[in-house]
Amino acid sequence: MEQSTQRVSSRVILNERPFSFRRFFLQWEWMLVLLFIIINAVNISLSPNYLVFDNIMSAIQMFCDKSILVFPMMMVILLGDIDISIASTMALSAVIMGVSYNAGMPMEAAMLLALAVGAACGFINGMLLVKFKELSAMIVTLVGMIVYRGIASIILEDGAAGSFPAWFQYLGWGYVGKVPFILIVFAIEAVVFGYIIHFTRFGRGVYAMGNNAVTARYSGIRVDRYRLLIFTAMGVFSAIAAIFLASKMGSVRPSMAKGYEMDIIAMVVLGGVSNNGGKGRVPGVVISTFIVGLLRYGLGIINVPSQTIMIIVGVLLIVAVIIPNLKTTLSSSKTFRKFFNTSSF
Amino acid sequence: MMNKGTAKRMLSQNVREICLFCVIILLAALVNLRSGGNFLTAKNISDMLVDTSILAILTMGMMSVIITGGIDLSVGSSMALAGMVGTTILKNSMASDGSGLHPIMIIVIAMCIGAAGGLVNGVLISRLNVLPIIATLGTMNIYRGVTYLVSGGFWVLQQNMTTAFMSVATGRLMGVNNLIWIAVLVFLVNFYFLGYARTGRQIYAVGNSSESAAISGINTKKVVTLAYVVTGALAGLSGILYVCRFAASQGETATGYEMNVIASCVLGGVSISGGSGKVHGALLGAIMFGMLNNALPLLKISPFWQEAIRGLIILFSILVNALVSRHSTKKALERRAIA
Repeated sequence: MEQSTQRVSSRVILNERPFSFRRFFLQWEWMLVLLFIIINAVNISLSPNYLVFDNIMSAIQMFCDKSILVFPMMMVILLGDIDISIASTMALSAVIMGVSYNAGMPMEAAMLLALAVGAACGFINGMLLVKFKELSAMIVTLVGMIVYRGIASIILEDGAAGSFPAWFQYLGWGYVGKVPFILIVFAIEAVVFGYIIHFTRFGRGVYAMGNNAVTARYSGIRVDRYRLLIFTAMGVFSAIAAIFLASKMGSVRPSMAKGYEMDIIAMVVLGGVSNNGGKGRVPGVVISTFIVGLLRYGLGIINVPSQTIMIIVGVLLIVAVIIPNLKTTLSSSKTFRKFFNTSSF
Repeated sequence: MMNKGTAKRMLSQNVREICLFCVIILLAALVNLRSGGNFLTAKNISDMLVDTSILAILTMGMMSVIITGGIDLSVGSSMALAGMVGTTILKNSMASDGSGLHPIMIIVIAMCIGAAGGLVNGVLISRLNVLPIIATLGTMNIYRGVTYLVSGGFWVLQQNMTTAFMSVATGRLMGVNNLIWIAVLVFLVNFYFLGYARTGRQIYAVGNSSESAAISGINTKKVVTLAYVVTGALAGLSGILYVCRFAASQGETATGYEMNVIASCVLGGVSISGGSGKVHGALLGAIMFGMLNNALPLLKISPFWQEAIRGLIILFSILVNALVSRHSTKKALERRAIA
């Protein structure tokens, strides 16, 4: 899939550049594959319990509820925007779902209500951004982050809602055969988003907007509508992630999912998606999701404290961003050029 | 020797700050009325200012980063780290008679720790071209993790701090709490630095357009790095003051504080896209934010409602701000068309 993606984008953008092995293997995704292999190799050598199928599957189950958010977040970041209100949107939609279920609404309807709430939150963010172009996404979603969680705590104060029906647990904990249900959801989502982002007019438009929103608008892309749609989708997927999280925890409370936004942004950026807009691909994001998740799991198995894992993830994030930059930084540096007597790296 | 023209220009340059000031006065009067005169008492005002001063110090630091067009998400973690390192050194230096290192030494150490953290951010962002939000997101995790490692999971509590250190936050100079004096000092230095010093003006130039600043001979990398170092140092200062005021230092200190600081900057009219913002504006923004924190409990609003109300007030003020600046740009354009 990756190869064909590369071909399509190069045909469209670069007008049939000849295929080169060097360029193909110098892609960011290969770095991630390498990192993925290294992390797994280290994990395997550190603990004999790592490479047990059931263990890995249960580890994947642990982080997959977050992973549902990486693809819509990827689209937001491709636009050059950011959404830090997602964790609050999750809390609000989960709380409304829990409260309305406890008030006697059937579970299915409560779940739909949660999706509607998520969509509304995302829509409000998008609408503010479109109507007030001078405000940056950072500010608008910062306000959203405060207000949405604020509303959740008005509704439920410091209590919790829960006692969901038995079948609801299946979403978070269920297995299809030996594979967690949530992993299948993630896989389907990856394929759908991969198709949308790389092979549709809409997806290519998103890249164009990320590169230069003004040019994109002049070339006939409905910039505002795209932005609104993407932020609304972000809200809907936050609600979906909230449903899975609620199913896993068995209850909902206004303080749930705190700090998720930073984890998800970190995963997306590690996957090679640039906040400058218009850079990054779906396979990279998929691999980076697994890198972060399995790293946490592997280090957890050998009792590395979570604070150290925090440091490692932070370093990984920064290093991941520095390496692709290093090429341009070095080749523009005078000493480097004098040293190698060349302007291209 | 201020003639009419200068006065008018000063007024028109500071419309936003004057508006904010009026809003603060109006809000204070309303809150005072609703709370039955409990808000505008000397004691409450001084309590409120003491609470706000730490936020104000950091807001005035953060604004120089935001003016360069960046953002620093790591300040909350820097505060925790500087506070933790400072108090740990204090704890280890304490003799059995309760004396230890001089508080000024501890504050200087904390500021150095903060500045070092800021230097890392600055180098990552200016030399290695990492986007500010990503770099500081990473260092936010790293500094927080290091804080836990330094603390070993333990808290540094009141009994581990010298009385001289504790009196930094409780002591008074000429009847006014030390924290307020420190905030005033930071304000004056920053006001001169950003408003009148050459390097300060260069920060604005870089924020307005990095390329034209570079072409006109400004070392943009150095300026950007400096902005992060200043923010880091002030984060270190506010971290140690925070720890001193609450008499406890722990791994979770000031979690999420960066969002309060950014919100204060935005309230104070510092533009997130860079290039504009005034020090007195940022100060007023911090005071406004602090006032909301103080007034909502006083009005007996349920704590569960406060968060949402605070958010809506911030939303309201940035929307009004956007509409006002839209109006003034339009007016300026019209004037040009006539002339």
